[in-house]
Amino acid sequence: MIFFWAFVVGGLICVIGQIMFDVFKLTPAHTLTIFVIAGAVLDGLGLYEPLIDFAGAGATVPITSFGNSLVHGAMAEAEKHGLIGVITGIFEVTSAGISAAIIFGVIGALIFKSKG
Amino acid sequence: MADKKKKNLPPDAQKYQAFQQKRETKRNIFTNCVKAFFVGGLICVIGQTIATFYIHFFDFTEKTANNPTVATLIFITMLLTGFGVYDHIGQFAGAGTAVPVTGFGNSVISSAIEHRTEGLILGVGTNIFKLAGPVIVYGVFSAFVIALIKTILMQWGGL
Amino acid sequence: MLLGQRTWLFHNQPVIIATGTVGGPFEAQGNLKNDFDILHDDMWLKQKSFEKAQQLMLEEACQIALKKGQVQKEQINFLLSGDLINQITPTTFAAKTLEIPYFGLFNACAITTESLALSAFIINANGADYILSGTASHNAATERQFRYPTEYGGQKPPTAQWTVTGAGCGLIAKEGIGPVVTSATIGKVVDKGMTDPFNMGGAMAPAAVDTIIAHLKERNVDPSYYDLIITGDLGQIGREISLDLLQKKGINIHEEQYVDCGLTIYKKEQPVHSGASGTASSAVATYGHFVKLLNKGELNRILVVATGALHSPLSVQQKDSIPCIAHAVSIEMGSDSS
Repeated sequence: MIFFWAFVVGGLICVIGQIMFDVFKLTPAHTLTIFVIAGAVLDGLGLYEPLIDFAGAGATVPITSFGNSLVHGAMAEAEKHGLIGVITGIFEVTSAGISAAIIFGVIGALIFKSKG
Repeated sequence: MADKKKKNLPPDAQKYQAFQQKRETKRNIFTNCVKAFFVGGLICVIGQTIATFYIHFFDFTEKTANNPTVATLIFITMLLTGFGVYDHIGQFAGAGTAVPVTGFGNSVISSAIEHRTEGLILGVGTNIFKLAGPVIVYGVFSAFVIALIKTILMQWGGL
Repeated sequence: MLLGQRTWLFHNQPVIIATGTVGGPFEAQGNLKNDFDILHDDMWLKQKSFEKAQQLMLEEACQIALKKGQVQKEQINFLLSGDLINQITPTTFAAKTLEIPYFGLFNACAITTESLALSAFIINANGADYILSGTASHNAATERQFRYPTEYGGQKPPTAQWTVTGAGCGLIAKEGIGPVVTSATIGKVVDKGMTDPFNMGGAMAPAAVDTIIAHLKERNVDPSYYDLIITGDLGQIGREISLDLLQKKGINIHEEQYVDCGLTIYKKEQPVHSGASGTASSAVATYGHFVKLLNKGELNRILVVATGALHSPLSVQQKDSIPCIAHAVSIEMGSDSS
């Protein structure tokens, strides 16, 4: 069942993105920035975790979940160490995406050439 | 906001813009959304499959499987980008490939590959976040603001 | 001779005695594949960067024109050329290889006719015996500078255009056999506030209209004087808009007479959205295809109007509009030009 909801929820989030491209004529950079901020806001409101429970990868794969993870990291650290944790904890939970992108980016640059 | 800018234009430019708007090839919004829905949904299903694989064959839970799943998806993105396939999928699917984390990976990896000609330090190193930078910068900043507000509210609430 | 404010009439008949055209793999699948002297099957041309590949194509186009015209490079007085890349360095490096005195030009995709107009003027005024006039562009080099890395999965809208990978060059001389450059009208910067770098045709159309109207008025000819009025890279949208605008202003140009290089180079099945663009769009079509038709006698008089969008990646980020320009050059066979 979760596969079905992953498909539907993930697809719908992408449709919102497509509308931002085509109707609002936003660039991918603008759109994805809005999405990541939206994910952070939704987690602040406590709404993103239930979405993940419901839709699984449909909520964790879109870039919105990056915003969610950032807030999670900050909140977890703030609970342990007070207000300073808001700064120190941000990347605790979420290193996978950025690390993987950098590592595979460098590897890609070393072994691949643009096809033009 | 765009209209406000347009009002600042001289009248002949405004007239031309209206004239041009009517003749511009319109994007097929509905078809684009359908394609984005299917490809985006499919990528999430693939993600769910990978997560399930990590949960069953390795010691990951539903919560912790997210990290290796994202890393695996970005690895696949590197292959598709490097072999010159991702840009064609992206032209077809639009937001369907841009919104999932594969889009983030592609923006980083394609920038890295492209700027190899300027060397590893100044080319790859400085340009790698050309497209993905805003996402990281404003993701972090908004997380900071939100966590700050929430923590303060919680502390006040606690008092 | 100066006509009106901005039109030159060339009484001394500068002549295009030879041409050279080079294309890439995508152009090799296109409509004009038989009009290229060299077609490459690799975007890199075995060079270290796309920019070096573009430089090499310009060198090749020039060398082919020299060979066909049976002129040595030491006899060439000037090279008038430019391109889309920052500070036009690929063209500069080509000028270094060719060792010809060099005027570097920038008018984006209008460079072909900017260069041809100036070249004809210099020759006409006895300022040179031989001039090489032309330009090159490269799809990947242009994409990575103006838009996104080439492997980026961004979705281009249907108004976008495809930069030609190629080079086109003409050898202009004081005398010889070939089509004659008879007049030129220099364009003004025309800016109607368009801001979308993915819709250059819509931005450039008013510039083409402005220059065409000025040319017809100052040279005092009717559109029917020309067999074809050829724009450089307006693409589908720009062509339709400009045709509409011209007809609205009472200029009687027929559909079949009004051609766009951007719509001629590629086949319909090729995924080029609104059409071809790039400095090489007007160059390869003019020097490879239309000059050939003039030489064969299938065309008698053409007006080439290359159009350029003069924005930069920075100006777009700073929310500036896209200023455009178009220069018109008439090329005719026979000596009945007046």
